[in-house]
Amino acid sequence: MSLSAVPVTATLPDLSRVPVVDEVGVNERVARFQSRSIKTASKIEALKLILSMIDLTTLEGQDTPGKVRQLCQKAIHLHDSMPDIPHVAAVCVYPTMVGIAKEALERRAINIASVATAFPSGQAPLSVKLDDTRMAVDAGATEIDMVISRGAFLAGNYGLVFDEIVAIKDACGDTHLKVILETGELGTLDRVRKASDLAMHAGADFIKTSTGKIQPAATMQVTLVMLQAIRDYFYATGRMVGMKPAGGISKAKLAVHYLVMLRETLGNAWMTPEWFRFGASSLANDVLMQLRKQATGVYQSADYFSKD
Amino acid sequence: MAIPDNKLAFNDGWQYSPAPENTDHIKVRKKYKLFIGGDFVAPVEGKYFDTINPATEKKLSSVGLASTADVDKAVKAARKAFGPWSRLKAAERGKYIYRIARMLQERSREFAAIESLDGGKPIRESRDVDIPLAAAHFFYYAGWADKLEYAFPGRSVRPLGVAGQIIPWNFPMLMASWKIAPALACGNTVVLKPAETTPLTALKLAEVIADAGLPPGVVNIITGAGDTGAAMVNHADVDKVAFTGSTDVGRIIQKSLAGTNKKYTLELGGKAANIIFADAAIDQAVEGIVNGIFFNQGHVCCAGSRLLVQEAVADEVIQKLKDRMETLIVGDPLDKNTDIGAINSPEQLATIESYLAIGQDEGGEMFQSSCPVPDQGYWCRPTIFTGVSQSNRVVQEEIFGPVLAIQTFRTFDEAVTKANNTPYGLSGGIWTDKGAKIFKMTQSIRAGVIWANTFNKFDPTSPFGGYKESGVGREGGMHGLDAYLKLEAQ
Repeated sequence: MSLSAVPVTATLPDLSRVPVVDEVGVNERVARFQSRSIKTASKIEALKLILSMIDLTTLEGQDTPGKVRQLCQKAIHLHDSMPDIPHVAAVCVYPTMVGIAKEALERRAINIASVATAFPSGQAPLSVKLDDTRMAVDAGATEIDMVISRGAFLAGNYGLVFDEIVAIKDACGDTHLKVILETGELGTLDRVRKASDLAMHAGADFIKTSTGKIQPAATMQVTLVMLQAIRDYFYATGRMVGMKPAGGISKAKLAVHYLVMLRETLGNAWMTPEWFRFGASSLANDVLMQLRKQATGVYQSADYFSKD
Repeated sequence: MAIPDNKLAFNDGWQYSPAPENTDHIKVRKKYKLFIGGDFVAPVEGKYFDTINPATEKKLSSVGLASTADVDKAVKAARKAFGPWSRLKAAERGKYIYRIARMLQERSREFAAIESLDGGKPIRESRDVDIPLAAAHFFYYAGWADKLEYAFPGRSVRPLGVAGQIIPWNFPMLMASWKIAPALACGNTVVLKPAETTPLTALKLAEVIADAGLPPGVVNIITGAGDTGAAMVNHADVDKVAFTGSTDVGRIIQKSLAGTNKKYTLELGGKAANIIFADAAIDQAVEGIVNGIFFNQGHVCCAGSRLLVQEAVADEVIQKLKDRMETLIVGDPLDKNTDIGAINSPEQLATIESYLAIGQDEGGEMFQSSCPVPDQGYWCRPTIFTGVSQSNRVVQEEIFGPVLAIQTFRTFDEAVTKANNTPYGLSGGIWTDKGAKIFKMTQSIRAGVIWANTFNKFDPTSPFGGYKESGVGREGGMHGLDAYLKLEAQ
């Protein structure tokens, strides 16, 4: 891949000028989000919004077409006995499964997100990553979740990381690009902030915390720093960038805290599936259970909710 | 950095439903007498005054108005109790104080709710800050009771006698604990007067003290306004005066104590500078500004009421601060989501509003958040003034409300000069990523407490007190013992 394919509009920002982050202050702010008390009508509204923001995910070596079809059924029929339940935002699968998902979803308004670029490690030459991306796009993916080269980033080779994102974005064409920072491997909030700025300047439509394969995956601390990076980028450019925390969010209560954080950091414009997603596999059932509890006053057995 | 006008919107869309704290379990009597000699007794002149809920303007209870005769009764009761209490085995004194601490924790929900009802502060603060910290102060000083000689090696320690203690309305329960806990630990007895607008938690504390089985007269709690306080200060048999409140009243007290043998500590006003350098973690600094000035409606003597921000980041900080202010919820103090509660009294609201007019007359640009406020009650939206200078009154004078005066600076020295250019010296804040700058700044600012990359953090182990017109003496920590002891050569 020659540099000539990189659009001239994208330039690596001066990362030495990226704002510093104070971890103690971040922890305090997060604790304050968690002390918000979300009850009654606002809780029901939040739970439904969360469902509509979920990227229902299966990213296993053991995935089969059968498993992916099951997942797509779940995406369409979250819990049909409950009326007024939205469908999820997307299913998220490996590139080889995109075709299966497309067929199973039958042109419904559910996006097909595909991980690409040698997910999850990203340890492959750029040519392989580009092929991976193009294959997913050609098979019908509407969103690409790429990983950055964390090794190069940690080594300070920001230019390489930046150019890779620009090249993948180019290969995506109109397909939405989510850039996974894999914050669990970046180690500090300062690096999370730096990687966020780099990814947005390189053209990311979304920035995403994690692959789900590394612990810790998404945390509220990391997500807050990324949301603040999105806000600063918006202040400076006017361009909205989406946010996707992924991995480790399996309870409705925690997801509600994320929504509080989103609302108080970026405001209402981001409170839609177009700009915010949860990457999760088991979150949906806990949200459904909570919605059922709000309607009936009692918790139902987990066996009343389909496990796919 | 020039900031384009790309606005965030916080007002529509998903809002939080009301989440009021349950108040069914709370017991507030219709009428409170004075707590003297271990019993609730009627005031000699039979007079009572009302205490209201500043969020609803409705009456909560009537409390006794202590006259000079009542003050005399209370001091006599404290004097009578002093001998046996000071001779009690120190570890036994400690046990009583531990018991008060534990009972406060057990009843913390009730105390928190009453604190919010009577004073207007949000339940989030009374529940998470005021009451836990009050209990922590009792725990901390309980531990000192039998270790006093270790605090002052080479000297013998003796209690002072009867302490007359006058506390303000901004942190009623917390200030009661700051005053009572060290006094008891050191073997003194106490007459405490809470502020006239917030007497209820002190009277609930009287119930706890009675339930804890403290010997009668060791703690006496009497209610009233300035006249009652003056009678306490001027009573001949009071050995120590501890006052927290305004600098004006502090001056009067200091004058009246001149020439007497009474020991005193005064915690007075402040106009603290919160200083933000360009290399600071800006988002966390903005949070620190919010905690510094909007905590407890700005009714905080150590509030960060002046913001000094380095010019290179001034636009960015102000834009972020305005957006953050839009997310602050003003309203029902009992709602768990309320960030800013009610202004404590109509008098205080009038004072704050007069300063809003003064600031605008002086040419300051005023910004207030757009949040709705209830019709009933006393409210002030979070407010900032930009374009103000050292020569403006909103920069010089303590407003004691949610009002921040913002100035810029270019160099380190300019920040120091502006920060110190005030008659006060209670607290300060520094925000920078550079450790050396923190230490240089803490050595340059004349203030009793300086926070680095945080603000309004309190702990019983840490001494607190002011320079200049912010007061005399230290409370809290080991230093706080000194104020309640006579130290003598062994």
